[in-house]
This record gives sequence, C-alpha cells and structure tokens, in this order.
Amino acid sequence: MDTTPTIAARAATPKTKLRSDLLRWALLIPALVVIGATVLYPLIASLITSFRDWRLINSPTPGAFVGFDNYARAFSDQNFLNSLRVSGLYVVLSVCMSLTLGLAIALMLSKPTRLNTFARALLIFPFAVAPVLKGFSWRFMLHPEYGVYTQMIGALFPPLKGFLWLGNDFSALLVIAVSEVWGWAPLFALMFIGALGSIPTEITEAAKVDGATNTQVFFRITLPLLAPVVYIVALLKIISSLKMFDQVVIMTGGGPGNATQTLYYFIYQVAFTNLDLGYASAISYIMVFVMGIFAFLYVRMLLRGKN
Amino acid sequence: MENMILRKRLGQGLETLGTLVVIFFVGFPLVWIGLAGFKNEVDVYSTSLFFQPTLDNFRAIFADPTLLGPKLWVSALVSILTVSITIPLAAAAAYVISRHNFRGRDSLFVAILVTQFVPAVVVAIPFFTLFRELRLIDTPWALIIIYLSFTLPYAIWLLRGFFDALPVEIDQAAYIDGCNEFQVLRYITVPLVMPGILVSAVFAFISAWNEFFFALLLTRSQAVTLPIGIQTITGVRGPQWEQLAAAGLIVLVPILIMSFFIRKYFVEGITVGAVK
Repeated sequence: MDTTPTIAARAATPKTKLRSDLLRWALLIPALVVIGATVLYPLIASLITSFRDWRLINSPTPGAFVGFDNYARAFSDQNFLNSLRVSGLYVVLSVCMSLTLGLAIALMLSKPTRLNTFARALLIFPFAVAPVLKGFSWRFMLHPEYGVYTQMIGALFPPLKGFLWLGNDFSALLVIAVSEVWGWAPLFALMFIGALGSIPTEITEAAKVDGATNTQVFFRITLPLLAPVVYIVALLKIISSLKMFDQVVIMTGGGPGNATQTLYYFIYQVAFTNLDLGYASAISYIMVFVMGIFAFLYVRMLLRGKN
Repeated sequence: MENMILRKRLGQGLETLGTLVVIFFVGFPLVWIGLAGFKNEVDVYSTSLFFQPTLDNFRAIFADPTLLGPKLWVSALVSILTVSITIPLAAAAAYVISRHNFRGRDSLFVAILVTQFVPAVVVAIPFFTLFRELRLIDTPWALIIIYLSFTLPYAIWLLRGFFDALPVEIDQAAYIDGCNEFQVLRYITVPLVMPGILVSAVFAFISAWNEFFFALLLTRSQAVTLPIGIQTITGVRGPQWEQLAAAGLIVLVPILIMSFFIRKYFVEGITVGAVK
C-alpha cells in the first residue's frame, strides 16, 4: 500500500528484532482487543441473533433458530419497505442539495478577497454543531407562527406564509435534510475550494482566449476536473445520510404518518420499542449490506488517493 | 469604456452580495440561537433584533426541573474519559502501523478503517442486552465502552496519517545516536506528532460530546448526557425555546472553540471518516 522505509528495514541483530517484535504487539494488542470487543463482538452477536426468534417481551434469553425467517419477513413488511423508500429519498435529497450548495458556496468564495477569507473561516462551524441542536434550531426557525425563517419565506413568497413545514410528507423530509445540509454544504465548499485552487489558471485562461464563455469553462473544464472530489464527497454524504436518526427524533418523530421514518429510526423502533431483537438484527444486517457497498467504494477511493 | 468599468463594478458588487448570502446562510442560525438564549419567554417569540437581554434562562436550566448541572458533569466525564482511553491506545497502534513492516499490516489497517462504517444500530442491539445483564444501563461506563467503538478506529486512522508524515530519517538519526525504539518513541516520535494527537483528541471529544443515539438508548435518569437532557426542556406549550437555546449554547460553545483551534485539520479529519 505504501513504500515508506520502516524501522524493520534497518540492519537488525536477532536480539533487536525480537525486542522490536515484542514492542509491536505490546503496542498493538490493547487497541485490537478494544476494537474486537466493541465492534467485532456485536457484529457477530447481531448476525447470530438475526437468525433467531427473540422478543424481549416474552423472554430475556434468545429463542429458537428460525433460519432466514426474519430476513424474509422484512421484504413483506410494509413498514420496512416504507423506511427503505424514505431513506432512499432522503439520501437523494440531501446528497443533491449539499453538493449543489457546496459547489455554489465554493465558487462564490473562490477569490481570495478579505471578505471571502472571513466567510471561509466560518465554514467549519455548522458541521461541529450537535445534531440535536441542528434539529431544534431548524424546528424553531421554521415554526409556522413565530419561526424567523417562516416569516422571511412568507415575506418573499406570500403563498408560503405560515406554512407548516413539518406537517407535509415531503417538506418534513426536506427540512430534516436542510438541517443536515446546513452542516455539510459549508464543509464540502471547503473541499471544493481546495480542489479549485489546484486547477492551473493557465487552463481556464487558455480556454477563454479561445473564446469559451464562463459557463462553458465551468461545465467543460472546471466541473470535470472536480469530478474525483465530487465522487468522494458524494459517497461520504450517502454514508452519513443512511444513518439519519437524531433529527428524526427531534423534529418529527417519524411523522407525519411514517413519512420521515428513516431506516435507522425504524430499526431503533423495532429493536427498542417493540423489543423484537431477532427481526431488528436481521434488518440491521440488511443495512450493513447496503452500507457495505458504499463503504467499499469509499475506502477504495481513499486508499487510491493515498498512493 | 465607461460601460466596461460599470460592468466590472456590477460584477464585483454581485460577488460581494454572494459572499454576504453565504455568511448569512452559514452564520445566521448560530446567531439566532445565540440571541434566543438571552431573550425572555416573550421576546423569544418575536423576530425583533432589539430586546432586553437576560441571564434568567441560564439560571433556570440549572434549577428544577431541568437540572442541567449533573448532565453537564456526565457529558464532561464521559467525553474526557473516552478521549483519555482512546488516544494512548490509538497512538500506540497507529505508530506500529506506520513504522513497522509486518505481514498482514495493510489488511489489518483496512479492517480497522472498515469498522468505521458499521452502523450504530448493529452495535447497539447486543450491547443493550449485555448491559442489561451487567446492570450497566444508565451508567457513564456503558457510554464510554460503546463510544470507544467509533472513537478508537477513527483516531488510529487519523493518527496513522500524522505518523506517516514524520520523516523516518528523524527516527533513524536517533537510532544511530544509540537510542532504543522505546526511547525514540518516547522522546522523539510522540512529541513530534503532538499536533496530530491534539487533533484526534478534539475529534474524539466532539463525537462523544455530541453523541445522541447511544445516549438515548442507554441512559434513563442517572447518566443522562447534555444532548438527551436538553430534550426535556418543554413546557405546556411545547419546547421552551429560550431555555433550550441557553442550554444549546452550553453544548455548543466548547465545541466551537475546539473546532476553531483545529480548523486547519478539519477537512482532513472529516474525510478520513468522521461519518458516525
């Protein structure tokens, strides 16, 4: 994976080699034990539970093995299929919004003026805000009566005056996405600004000399050169969006109806409200599988970037 | 000619306007919540920027019934202990992965990286039943144990990059001067990688401090953390926004200060995988 010269590469006597081996495992083992206990153990335990019938209401100990029953049940469960749809739509909404907005912010702040430098310094802050606070803040600001954003939007587009943002199936999901995009888009903008800075100005200048318009330069030159960054950023956002949970609890509780019941929220309810651990483990393994695809693509991209 | 100057001016004006829109989008929610924390229960429902500021909300949230004090203490305890366990273990492992060449090293590293993507729900189900049996539900220890599942792999991955960035020649010079490996680690490598250790510590702290999912599941009354505690700030008419905003500031301000100090590393830190 990399070719950095390492300690072992220096001429070593058998004695120093042994000492180096001992030190290596002494330093590695504590971390590996903790990762094994906190990640590997639950991963295996969940997999086993996913093949068993285990309702905590009936029994504190796991019940009989039921083969793939729990998995089969998922695909005929309307609530599960609904949560897949909700999460799918949520991922599309939040990825599109954060990419577009991130790119727009980056282009607006690309020139190194003093005001832009100040604006860039602000970009990291929304991301660090606790998701709970993002949820409460946007719920407060979009309150139909006294929300400051509802009033601003109402002043600009009178039909939306006093609109119940969390009362409509689509807009509720949109608002949850916005609360998250507010954190991610500025961060993506920082990444795009970095990438834009590495595009040699000679290329764009030459295109303009040849008579290309600004729009053509953007779509034919800048955007293709940004493509690798866009790809990695999109994967990062897909992975994080699949885990949407916090703001659903804070802003909608899955409603209206089950319109914002994301996959994560649904699994949480099956596991810890219905206490149906076997079924919950099975659907969380379906999630591991979906997540695994994107994680694979992301890790491959990161490792490629390292070389 | 004049026309061109005018167009240029107009262009500059539009660019400035664009930047102001960005500043508004990014900063306004923070300002608005900040202001709401100092408003009384009437002003909080008005959108006026002019009001008589008050500290009553901060007094109220530390009194009955919210009692934010113990929650602040639990949050601080859990976050600090999580970081104190994470960083030494991660630094040791990251050092070995960066400096030692051994069979399976790269696969081990990728495996550690991949654990980042295990969804929290999968981890939660077995730990929930385990902690129930061990009577650890509603204790800070349950949270610390489970937080290690995401802070440790993440910190190893981040720190490995910092170790890799240190030239091996520095270590080698110390070996030539007669140091053994432990001395090199103790006196040369670790001090030089201190910025990386601080950055990883801040990221681990932020993720533990802001964590919601596990805290919601594993706490009831004794080990409630800030993000869970502030949810209970409600009155008869729904959330008490002015007190909620005040409590929000207590959650937010330490994190904003820390983020400011590591701002140079922020982008790198996130791409590496702060996706939990």
